[in-house]
Amino acid sequence: MKTIHEHGTPEISLRVEALESLLEERGLINPVAVDRVIQHFEQDVGPLNGAKAVARAWIDPDFKSRLLQDAAAAISELGITVGDNVQVIENTPKEHNVVVCSLCSCYPWSVLGLPPTWYKSPAYRARVVREPRKVLAEMGVDLADDVTIRVWDSSAEIRYMILPQRPAGSESLSEEELIPLIMRDAMIGVANVTLPDKG
Amino acid sequence: MNGIHDLGGLHGFGKVEVEQDEPVFHERWEGRVFGMCLTFGGRRGPNVDAARHRSERLDPVSYFQNGYFGRWLATFEMMLKEEDVLAEGELEDYMNGAAVQKVADGDAPPPQRRPLRGIDAVREVDHPPRYGEGQAIITRNHQPAGHTRLPAYARCRRGVIKKVHPAMVFADTIAHEQGENPQYVYSVEFDGAELWGDTAEPGTVLRLDLFESYLEAA
Repeated sequence: MKTIHEHGTPEISLRVEALESLLEERGLINPVAVDRVIQHFEQDVGPLNGAKAVARAWIDPDFKSRLLQDAAAAISELGITVGDNVQVIENTPKEHNVVVCSLCSCYPWSVLGLPPTWYKSPAYRARVVREPRKVLAEMGVDLADDVTIRVWDSSAEIRYMILPQRPAGSESLSEEELIPLIMRDAMIGVANVTLPDKG
Repeated sequence: MNGIHDLGGLHGFGKVEVEQDEPVFHERWEGRVFGMCLTFGGRRGPNVDAARHRSERLDPVSYFQNGYFGRWLATFEMMLKEEDVLAEGELEDYMNGAAVQKVADGDAPPPQRRPLRGIDAVREVDHPPRYGEGQAIITRNHQPAGHTRLPAYARCRRGVIKKVHPAMVFADTIAHEQGENPQYVYSVEFDGAELWGDTAEPGTVLRLDLFESYLEAA
């Protein structure tokens, strides 16, 4: 699908500029409010929210059980506002979970920010439900044959986030040291959390 | 609706292209469109399901040609026309230098209605769920011309209920302003082989959150 304009044509920029200015003249759009939304999603909301919850779950078993039971309540303990009906699913050595929305692009905005382009792509939406093992391998996650893969297709108003496995060898790391290791893709289920290469 | 949005299981889309360290918005217009959709001062259509259905109603070329935010733009313009904010061709006239008809004083835009989403979809109902955890179900051959959240690949398929969620507003009717009709939602697990036959990868299962009326006891 490389012939499509994944990020638009030059004409589209002009069209959007005109639309905003027309709606502003009508009093229906305030550009300052638009700026604020952009800033909010570029700076304030992002996968760091989810990473904080994952790191806390790794070091605090009681928090982990609360997170798996009622994610919104547990995450709000960390001072994060959860606007979605979020459910957290745990990856284990025998079960790997991965999230998609095949019908549109539903995603847990309040804990992971806006979704990456690949998550919204037709290739991911079409393929991960049918051949998750192959898609995960292409994205760098090779799973043994005896690991069950469970694909969560977000077809209603529940939003899924994955609690990845804590990497072996991270036992001595503090919560603050763990947080930067927990990347967005691991909380969607298309990556594992790894320790940085030593050297 | 049997539309191109219902992508699950389709062949021919190639590799999943991953961009490292991508920005939230790649182009300025993407952020502007997103921000306008979230802050528009008039009525933004009935609810989030109606908004999803607008994207389903795009023709297949428009659905794909400018990516995810291209769909936001196309459906925002569709909404503006449906809510009588923009007339057909008005934006084009404006781009060609036509003056804008100002909103008359005292004719201020109606108060914003927050789009319905997430936790807001949950409703109390006065009857128990029809199905329970562990129960075998089969999905109905449900293919309305309007909005639905039962993907084509999961029609007429056998699965097992793993969790009973609270009742939520029914996407199929609320998208068309035909009432909330809240229904229990079930997390249903399907075997890969049940969905994909002998092309299924071994050891894969799939979960869908499905409204009660999509299901029948197996």
